[in-house]
Amino acid sequence: MDLIYEKSRPGRRACSVPSCDVPEKPVEKLIEKSLLRDDVDLPEVAEIDLVRHYTGLSRRNFGVDIGFYPLGSCTMKYNPKVNEEVSRLPGFTMLHPCAPEAFAQGSLKLMFELRRYLSEIFGMADFTLQPAAGAHGELTGVMIIKRHFEKKGQVRSKVLIPDTAHGTNPASVALCGFQVVTVRTNAEGGVDLEQLRALMTEDVAGLMLTNPNTLGLFERNIEKVAAIVHGKGGLLYCDGANANAFLGITRPGDLGFDIIQLNLHKTFSTPHGCGGPGAGPLGVSADLVAYLPVPRVIRKGNLYAWDENHPDSIGRVRSFFGNFNVMVKAYTYIRSLGPDGLKRVSENAVLNANYVKERLRPYYHLPYDRVCMHECVFSGERQLRESGVHTTDIAKRLLDYGFHPPTIYFPLIVREAIMIEPNETESKETLDAFCDAMAAIAGEAKTNPEMLKSAPHTTPVKRLDDVLAARRPDVCWLDDCK
Amino acid sequence: MDYVPHTAEDQKAMMRTVGIRSLEDLFADIPDRYRLRRLLDLPTAGSEPEVFDLMKGLSAENTVPRITLAGAGAYHHYIPAVVGHVISRSEFYTAYTPYQAEISQGILQAIYEYQTMIAKLTGTRVANASMYDGASAMAEAAVLSAKTLNRRKIVAVKSVHPEYRGVVKTYAWANGYEVVETGFGKSGRLDAEELRAALDENTAAVLIQSPNFFGVIEDVGSIEKAVHEKGAYLVCGFTEATSLGILKPAGEAGADFVVGEGQSFGNPVNFGGPYLGIFAGTDQFLRKIPGRLAGATVDRDNRRGFVLTLQTREQHIRREKATSNICSNEALCALAAGVYLACLGKNLRRLAELNIQKARYLRERLLTLGGWEPVFQSPVYNEFVLRCPDPRRVNEKLQAEGILGGCEVGRYYPGLEDGLLLCATEMLKKEDVDHVVSILS
Repeated sequence: MDLIYEKSRPGRRACSVPSCDVPEKPVEKLIEKSLLRDDVDLPEVAEIDLVRHYTGLSRRNFGVDIGFYPLGSCTMKYNPKVNEEVSRLPGFTMLHPCAPEAFAQGSLKLMFELRRYLSEIFGMADFTLQPAAGAHGELTGVMIIKRHFEKKGQVRSKVLIPDTAHGTNPASVALCGFQVVTVRTNAEGGVDLEQLRALMTEDVAGLMLTNPNTLGLFERNIEKVAAIVHGKGGLLYCDGANANAFLGITRPGDLGFDIIQLNLHKTFSTPHGCGGPGAGPLGVSADLVAYLPVPRVIRKGNLYAWDENHPDSIGRVRSFFGNFNVMVKAYTYIRSLGPDGLKRVSENAVLNANYVKERLRPYYHLPYDRVCMHECVFSGERQLRESGVHTTDIAKRLLDYGFHPPTIYFPLIVREAIMIEPNETESKETLDAFCDAMAAIAGEAKTNPEMLKSAPHTTPVKRLDDVLAARRPDVCWLDDCK
Repeated sequence: MDYVPHTAEDQKAMMRTVGIRSLEDLFADIPDRYRLRRLLDLPTAGSEPEVFDLMKGLSAENTVPRITLAGAGAYHHYIPAVVGHVISRSEFYTAYTPYQAEISQGILQAIYEYQTMIAKLTGTRVANASMYDGASAMAEAAVLSAKTLNRRKIVAVKSVHPEYRGVVKTYAWANGYEVVETGFGKSGRLDAEELRAALDENTAAVLIQSPNFFGVIEDVGSIEKAVHEKGAYLVCGFTEATSLGILKPAGEAGADFVVGEGQSFGNPVNFGGPYLGIFAGTDQFLRKIPGRLAGATVDRDNRRGFVLTLQTREQHIRREKATSNICSNEALCALAAGVYLACLGKNLRRLAELNIQKARYLRERLLTLGGWEPVFQSPVYNEFVLRCPDPRRVNEKLQAEGILGGCEVGRYYPGLEDGLLLCATEMLKKEDVDHVVSILS
């Protein structure tokens, strides 16, 4: 498809600007000419061009509303439409962040209650809603760890992270000046306790643990892990990316976690929007509440208000209060599901993952063979060994079958990893159709490996050259580069 | 409503396949004493009509102002209908980050086009696919400068939005960097003397903003040399993106990074978020820039296509050595911005002019009131600070009429306790201004 710039024709317009109803003075008389620009190089298109352009683009995109999206660790569940509808109520969208508290009682109440709901669901003392995404929540959490030891007058320079962790964990830790120390995963897919014991010294600020981890496995030894970390005065951080596995089943706060970040755009079904906006609330235990970012919503009698007065706070991590509109959707979701509904979410998410695991077991290598939580991780190493077909070829072939592929090549400790998160909102028929496709592809790998290596065959473009894109970067359509 | 489609029969059949007798068996790995043996203490489930009603009620507890005079980092602009239509297409809003490029050409191309528009507007060569907001974009530019130059000092001018400086300080503290703040003069522009004096061989970045927090347009070019002579990077921010339609781009004036808030481009004020962090820079940062980048390439048939590129900068590949920890961004807000900008086209300049004219009118009319005085002399975009007898009282008077008044700058700036930061966009009509003036007379 042509770029919008390539469709541009001088003089076309898609939007009219109101006429000026106040006396005008030439801009050059108001602002030094040297500070003004000559021209803005934006596309010139008619409204119908614009609508067809973006409609055309949308048809070259794949969302949950189109089909099954078992992208591991991303929790691509169905996004209820009522959430979208209420999030667009003008009472929410048209409220300026500088609005006085008297104008904002509805929004403040929503934030106050959402914090309370999340605290109950995860067993934490309090939450901040300020972080804009999961990684931003992680960063905030690591900052809180830093502040905690600063206040205690302890110098701790390292943070432990299992080798299965999301890349954001070490990146967030590094952004706070800590050294990352990797902890091995044991044969059954949990933290290697012996190594943890050896590494957990008084120089270590804590352990960042994803639970269930990215193998989709619950940390069976969580009690021992917590004891080891706490025994040396460290803090136990939970990456809550996989929280869809345990809503109403168990609570990180009860398991001994001191800090947890969530991804509202995963567990609480606010849509991912092609990569964002999300929201990454961060929950902490009672000892750490003082360090949460400001401002915080408080209740004074029947009214809600802002409170900035927390001298030990790490400060702000974002302007204003966070991705409020995302909070509206998560709040709506929690109110729609209630306590029973949330529990059913996790029960069925876990059931679906185990069902897919059992159905695919004959076709793909299962490196950690136990009951999984909300996702299961296979390896394509059998296909690679027998047919020279890589996991990426399997993923690309799935596109021809109309499915979004699972997460691939992650976690890093599984060779040719295929990480499948089916989610609770998918029916048995959908799961069966996906498993049938995966089985068929395993068959094709034997009989017609070329078919996989040259896949996809039915998409708007064929397989794209990533290497070329990186070697000759073209990230912006500038005329003088053409 | 739990959105789970399974019938009891489905569940039974699946449990048989899995080889379990009850759903309880799925959670055998969780030590028994940590199993929650009660229901969560939350409000009971609501049906869709009930929940809709509840949410409508909550939204009605807010007061949407009849007239908005506040800016201060968030701006009330008209959003063309086409923007809402495009971002409501669920092919976009229910998709994940475009890792599978062949079925994500829509958003990848849209982001590539957005990157192009932003690079052209900011006078730079590289713009990423978005950051969380203007404040975190500025903080990341400061951290990236410090890491690149291996220096530990960041100089921020006090006329940069106070919340942006707050976020910069948080990020700098976490990294062990020092933040030194320098002042502004009577004109409202940065104090170049003081800024120069603060620069040294350990300075990684100088953070300025234009238009600055007071709405004053900075002469970016005038300090560029001093910053670069010390080997530091110049980071120029903005909070009001529509100003890019008329002001000389900071990239052309010598800024190394141009970062700011893109909310004005087609995103509602939304009580503070989601917003759009714009991050752009000179091409020397192409391989260091944080966040996602869409890039053009070709497919097997040599047709143009788009992918996420230069991913070795990013956390999922580089882990602790990544440029930034950012993963999720604000892609849908960037899409809205792209549609908005394509919709406005060359009219963006006219829109910016309107903002200037409206602000000028508001300012002149308010200055006719007794006790109201200008604070800064330099030209402004669509915001300005005035001294008035009692800012709190002024805002309360306006509030009583359903009008959102200005930002009381005294809470951030000692010495400006009688200052009110006011904003006018194209949404403000002449009759609104006259009404405001009559209330305050």
